[in-house]
Amino acid sequence: MTGPERSVIDIENLSLTFETNDGPVHALSDIDLSIGEGDFVSLIGPSGCGKTTLLRVIADLEAPTGGTISVNGMSPEEARLKRAYGYVFQAAALYPWRTIADNIALPLEIMGFAKGEREERIRRNMELVNLSGFERKYPWQLSGGMQQRASIARALSFDPDLLLMDEPFGALDEIVRDHLNEQLLKLWAKTRKTVVFVTHSIPEAVFLSTRIVVLCPRPGRIYDVIESDLPRERTLDIRETPEFLKIAHRVREGLRAGHSYDD
Amino acid sequence: MSAREGTTPAPAPRPHRLGAVRTVLASLALALALVATMMPVIASDTMALGLLAFPLLAAMVLAAVIVLAPYRLCLLRGPRAAGLLAAVSYAMAFVLISLIAAHPGQAGSGFWALVVVAWAIAWLSVEEMAGLKPRQPLWGRAIALAIPLTFGAWLLILWQVLVVGFAVPKVLLPPPSDIWVRLIASPEVLWADFRQTFLKGVLIGYALGCGAGFLVAILVDRVPFLRRGLLPIGNLVSALPIIGVAPIMVMWFGFDWPSKAAVVVIMTFFPMLVNTVTGLAAADRMQLDLMHTYAANYPQTLLKMRLPMAMPFVFNALKINSTLALIGAIVAEFFGTPIVGMGFRISTEVGRMNIDMVWASIAVAALAGSLFYGLVTLAERAVTFWHPSVRR
Repeated sequence: MTGPERSVIDIENLSLTFETNDGPVHALSDIDLSIGEGDFVSLIGPSGCGKTTLLRVIADLEAPTGGTISVNGMSPEEARLKRAYGYVFQAAALYPWRTIADNIALPLEIMGFAKGEREERIRRNMELVNLSGFERKYPWQLSGGMQQRASIARALSFDPDLLLMDEPFGALDEIVRDHLNEQLLKLWAKTRKTVVFVTHSIPEAVFLSTRIVVLCPRPGRIYDVIESDLPRERTLDIRETPEFLKIAHRVREGLRAGHSYDD
Repeated sequence: MSAREGTTPAPAPRPHRLGAVRTVLASLALALALVATMMPVIASDTMALGLLAFPLLAAMVLAAVIVLAPYRLCLLRGPRAAGLLAAVSYAMAFVLISLIAAHPGQAGSGFWALVVVAWAIAWLSVEEMAGLKPRQPLWGRAIALAIPLTFGAWLLILWQVLVVGFAVPKVLLPPPSDIWVRLIASPEVLWADFRQTFLKGVLIGYALGCGAGFLVAILVDRVPFLRRGLLPIGNLVSALPIIGVAPIMVMWFGFDWPSKAAVVVIMTFFPMLVNTVTGLAAADRMQLDLMHTYAANYPQTLLKMRLPMAMPFVFNALKINSTLALIGAIVAEFFGTPIVGMGFRISTEVGRMNIDMVWASIAVAALAGSLFYGLVTLAERAVTFWHPSVRR
């Protein structure tokens, strides 16, 4: 299913159960998924389906209670300690006391990059997200979309092979979101990163992904995996084509079917 | 007066009109100024002197009417109105203070009427200043400073004329002029007190108390069992009555400043501890997750994220402690001290009925405390410039 590329993330029979006062909550159950190098995989599903939890397991922010998972052939913890991935959160989470450039330098400082190297990477990554000229600004002087672009530049600054994105554009309005989606695709084509992208927007998932994983809740599990046959080079116009609408239809069907018993 | 500053409407394109408050104040001042011409300014059992007996004061009343009348008719406005009103009010205050100094306790109804006139004009000048929108930032700064200064100056002016006008016994309340005379007459004593109490007791105790509170907070945050063990004890220490602790500290650390510094340490330790612990807990989940994804170690997370995030809380404690420290050091000196120090001065001069010296010491303490607080606030603005409550 992953084609000829090397697989970056391998998940087998993974489950995660939270013990709460009201009894166990099966956040994830029986997840089997393999993500190849250079893939753009979207995890989509209604809230409570475990899509964010799955991403957090990959990032070693949650520990699974069953099954196996490997990232770059290592355990998620080893991968995290080797700084294998960059993580983009729902909010930009930039430090207000640091300028945009210094925010992007934050992971570089922690990872011990030399000053000259830091400056070079700041410059390169700010250019990558079209923020050149805003180095000296503080986050609160920028719009929400620009802040989120800065947080993407921060996640890319130490050049991880894997980019994990948790509804990064969820809080932005649709026009900004469309624009950033287009930019993200260009960035993906340029950098050849593997991207795992959590969203609850069907058009966003179909527009961006090479593969769409539909999850459904209670317990959180994979309902459908849809390979996209859309070309890798896409513009926003592609959303009007029959091929696009066909995939979007299948995603919607999957979401509806997985959700139906709920209401 | 200050409460109205923010609500004063901008006299924008509509025809210029005074607000209700200014209309009433200006009319009242005009009416009182005219009525005062017929009332005794200085009165005693043996004599009654009207306004014409005091040509300088009469000239002032004339000046007030000359400024107030066009102001009331809306012919005078803007910076010129603010400047003229302020000048007239201060000149009147000066003449009234000199006049009553020559006739203490003999103020007549005309005198009090003119005090009200001068005060109303000062209020109007503040209203006008608050409504100004200068283009140069330097003028804006000057006005922002002039408004509280006028407020403070009038507090002193009213204090002066009331105390002298009613001949209040000096033991109860000396006029500001007496305090000022005492202040400039005994700089050596006051400086020695200041050095003993503030530069030694307060500053050293403050630095030690705040520093210890800060370090223990980091420790408490790092070691969970300390949070349960140390925080309640810290709470207990903060609840110790300073009056009870001070004599014990004197027994432990001697009469000189170390015992005062120890009291200050006890007073400042806990606010800093609690605030810093709260501040260190202020980092939200996402920020911590972010550091986790970078595989940042504990010192990196602390220095690069949690401490900067805690700074608004730390400065809160620094500000609270700046005033607590001064109170603690002064009160501690009531319980044994060498023959120097602000607290010592206050307690002994009260016994000797030298109330003006007591007030001079209080004035020095108030000034030092305000400056200290101001400096901490300036540092806070520089460090937490990014916080929504500070940034512009």
